Amino acid sequence: MSNTGVVDMESQKQVLERVRGAFRSGVTLPVKFRLTQLEAMMSLFEDNETLILEAMHKDLAKPKFEAVLSEIDMVVNDLCYTISNLQSWIQPTYVGTNLATKLDDCFVRREPLGVVLIIGAWNYPLQLILSPLIGAIAAGNCAILKPSEISRATEKLLSELIPKYLSQECYAVICGGAEETKTLLENRFDHIFYTGSQSVARCILQAAAVHLTPVTLELGGKCPCLIYGRLDMKAAAKRLVWAKFFNAGQSCVAPDYVLCTAETRDMLLPFVKEALDSFYGSEPQQSPDMGRIVTDRHWDRLVELLKKSEGKIVIGGESDKKTRYIAPTVLVDVKESDALMQEEIFGPILPILIIKSLDEGINFINEREKPLALYAFSDESQVVTTVLERTSSGGFCSNDGIVHMSLSGLPFGGVGASGMGNYHGRWGFETFSHKRGCMLRGWGLERVNVLRYPPYTESNLSWLRWATTSKKKGWAGCSVM
Amino acid sequence: MSREQQAVQQARKAFLTGRSKPLDYRIKQLQNLKRFIKEKTTDINNAMRNDLHKTANATQLFEILGLEGEINLAVSKLTEWAAPRPVNKNLLTIADDVYIQPEPLGVVLIIGAWNYPIAVTLQPLVGAIAAGNAAVVKPSEVSSHTAKVMELLPLYLDPEMYQVVTGGVPETQELLKQRFDHIFYTGNSTVGKLVMEAAARHLTPVTLELGGKSPCYIDKNCDIRIACRRITWGKYMNCGQTCIAPDYVLCESSIQDKVINEIQKCIQEFYTNDPKSFADYGRIINQRHFKRIMALLEDSTVAIGGDSDESECYIAPTVLRDVTSGSKVMQEEIFGPILPIITVNGLNEAIQFINEREKPLALYVFSPSKKVIKQMISETSSGAIVANDCLVHFTISDLPFGGIGNSGTGCYHGKYSFDQLSHLRSCLIKKLNMEGVNQMRYPPHTTKKLRWARILLLKQVNLARWRQVAQVAMLAALAAFVGQSRCFMVNGRMSCRFSRTDAPPSDERYDKRGCLVLMFRDVTALELRSVPLF
Repeated sequence: MSNTGVVDMESQKQVLERVRGAFRSGVTLPVKFRLTQLEAMMSLFEDNETLILEAMHKDLAKPKFEAVLSEIDMVVNDLCYTISNLQSWIQPTYVGTNLATKLDDCFVRREPLGVVLIIGAWNYPLQLILSPLIGAIAAGNCAILKPSEISRATEKLLSELIPKYLSQECYAVICGGAEETKTLLENRFDHIFYTGSQSVARCILQAAAVHLTPVTLELGGKCPCLIYGRLDMKAAAKRLVWAKFFNAGQSCVAPDYVLCTAETRDMLLPFVKEALDSFYGSEPQQSPDMGRIVTDRHWDRLVELLKKSEGKIVIGGESDKKTRYIAPTVLVDVKESDALMQEEIFGPILPILIIKSLDEGINFINEREKPLALYAFSDESQVVTTVLERTSSGGFCSNDGIVHMSLSGLPFGGVGASGMGNYHGRWGFETFSHKRGCMLRGWGLERVNVLRYPPYTESNLSWLRWATTSKKKGWAGCSVM
Repeated sequence: MSREQQAVQQARKAFLTGRSKPLDYRIKQLQNLKRFIKEKTTDINNAMRNDLHKTANATQLFEILGLEGEINLAVSKLTEWAAPRPVNKNLLTIADDVYIQPEPLGVVLIIGAWNYPIAVTLQPLVGAIAAGNAAVVKPSEVSSHTAKVMELLPLYLDPEMYQVVTGGVPETQELLKQRFDHIFYTGNSTVGKLVMEAAARHLTPVTLELGGKSPCYIDKNCDIRIACRRITWGKYMNCGQTCIAPDYVLCESSIQDKVINEIQKCIQEFYTNDPKSFADYGRIINQRHFKRIMALLEDSTVAIGGDSDESECYIAPTVLRDVTSGSKVMQEEIFGPILPIITVNGLNEAIQFINEREKPLALYVFSPSKKVIKQMISETSSGAIVANDCLVHFTISDLPFGGIGNSGTGCYHGKYSFDQLSHLRSCLIKKLNMEGVNQMRYPPHTTKKLRWARILLLKQVNLARWRQVAQVAMLAALAAFVGQSRCFMVNGRMSCRFSRTDAPPSDERYDKRGCLVLMFRDVTALELRSVPLF
């Protein structure tokens, strides 16, 4: 439907050939080149902050604060971290050897994969495409970027700015919708990085299987938020509300629904209302800090979910199609079978489900697909530990929401239906690298090699067994005699 | 319900009991696996003899030794591998616990291969057990005797947690319809694609240990005699049926004859003049592969060997000379005792030849020159690269063993096995206190709040350095409150003295109010671009 920068199949092939040629030329191998590109990306942000904020606003009515923190600063932070550390990351890591190979050089080299495809999403349209790109560039790859066609202003901005700042030979932006993406996926890539939904992810995996292309999938799911035991309700409510309604609930790691006892719910609700009032005022639609739903279609889906839900709206519920606004909404008396519990909400709607015990809450979570993030709020550390130990999720955060994403040291990714692989910081570099085992042997000591040649004898076997056994605890294992 | 469905269900049920989580359980299972190998040595040796014409010593040397090493390593290192791994924090989370917790994935499907049936089926199982998973093991039906021995595993391991499903293609297909949390496949690229496609339906991650044609370049300046000894050993072991066997040789025409002569000498030394009657020379696994390999000889010139006996699936150690890139033997992975020699005009042409083809699982370069080796490493791509030998990188547990492109995805051995079959879960453990600090991120948003948020929420800090700062800052705050201390910065090192008599050195960052202010001053002065990390 969109005509902005749609590249037809012929041009797609030309772009791919150009980028592959660039990779083959070896231009991305030197660290200097990679650092130059990363610094250029830094300049892209420094020079265009206003344009970026405008695009965010056009696409999602993103409040400046959110756009700055989650789109600009997060990526710039990753850039700084990568630029500062790249030299050390690319150094070969030497490994221990067994006695039979003591005189050899054994090390692991991180090498580029080749040409990688990065498919972005619309909810954090800049971050979700440029943050993976940092890892791809750092690892020495060339890349094709396919921004989401739903966040059109960002798509347009990227197709203008990327060629302006980064090497046009090595990095290209290809725009288009589902059809163009499908065509693009028929080509062979050395890695595909996709952020989006599970259904599309299956298609991508199937396309990747044809070429045995490895993939990273950053998907979503329903991120549960368990609130249990003794806790500071006011603080919990604030953090929960902040995490939930950030970007109008359109975050893959937003707390999707709450599980708590009836008593907790009753104590929590007034604080939730208080937090919402303090954040967005009594009329959130007037607050510049409340985001909007990305498209009419997505707005329709959410409003439909609200209609179908059998829960009771206790906060919010208002909506306005013209501005694609949905008020921060909280529902109670929501059952497992409710419409809101059948799919990832991805909007400013928070259902609260009642549990009678911690066990019930944990079982509820475990009966469902593994989520991208799992939250547990409690002042009792035993509760937090129990939830952590008895569940599985991409990431886990206690007593807060979303913020674990901002730590470059933590791998960001899912498990099971919420995804495979991870990135951020060094993890992005590793994702887009091939760990090549290297062993450089000498020419001497051929006599030692005799032990392994046929005819295979018992005595040779014993010698080799002794010489190649892994180090036992406390054994230095250096000297032969 | 099919047998395969039942096996998966049982494994999942066992996993959900949580009994594979404690490290003691995993170590016990690994020790039981070791016992299986030791107590069933005779059965294993016999099976390998029947399947691949391997002698007991060869089996021990090339299958069991490595596996035992992996088990021992996992047992001794498990506590370290499974422990939480702390990471750098930012200023806002400085008081929180931030770490990566390795966790089991769930039920892992391991599809073994027939060429080193014990090693390539059970080494991944070591990783699966160590990482706390349940597993369904599907040994290759082609090495049928070894598959039969593996059916004894349930006598040693927790039979519900670790299921063995034997069978052929239909059984494998039925297994692949089920949902797993990871699939570990060793085999060829064709089936690899089918496995990946089946996994796609359930969004299951895969590790594919495939193969390809592993090139072997011989520099004309090297010690050809030694090079040929090592190449001969690597090539004809297991009758060439090794995923990392040197598939073909690239060398200059001036040394081709010498290479052939030396290999001839080695073959005689290792396998005698009559390899067919020599116990330590193997056989082709079955008739189908025998026919396949023999067909590859059709359009090439035999320099050594070439004879065969279909009734025994015997193919002599064979070398082909002056092979062209278009010949049959260069169209697929040989996986047999045929060594084609292709002549090239030096290293650059060799590299070009290699790069025109799919990325191999292993690459071998024989040269006395570090320059040559360095060039080969930097201008090619492969799963692994070995200079001046063949195969031995397989024995180093700390080297990741895996392919790239057509030769595979993912890697294992040692800790890599553990990590490959774990989920590395990011954990941020916060408390509900210090809520005051969070104020800057809540709406309504102001410019001032934004500035603070940018600093505290996102600045990455090196834990080692800032922990010291934060701890001393807190100490200073406490002490300053009590009025007993002074803290100051000397040459970038934080110092806190508790005596009033200490005079602070003249340092421009020193402030009478103590280092707490110092920390925030430093923080606000930090430019976005210059976050110090070391």
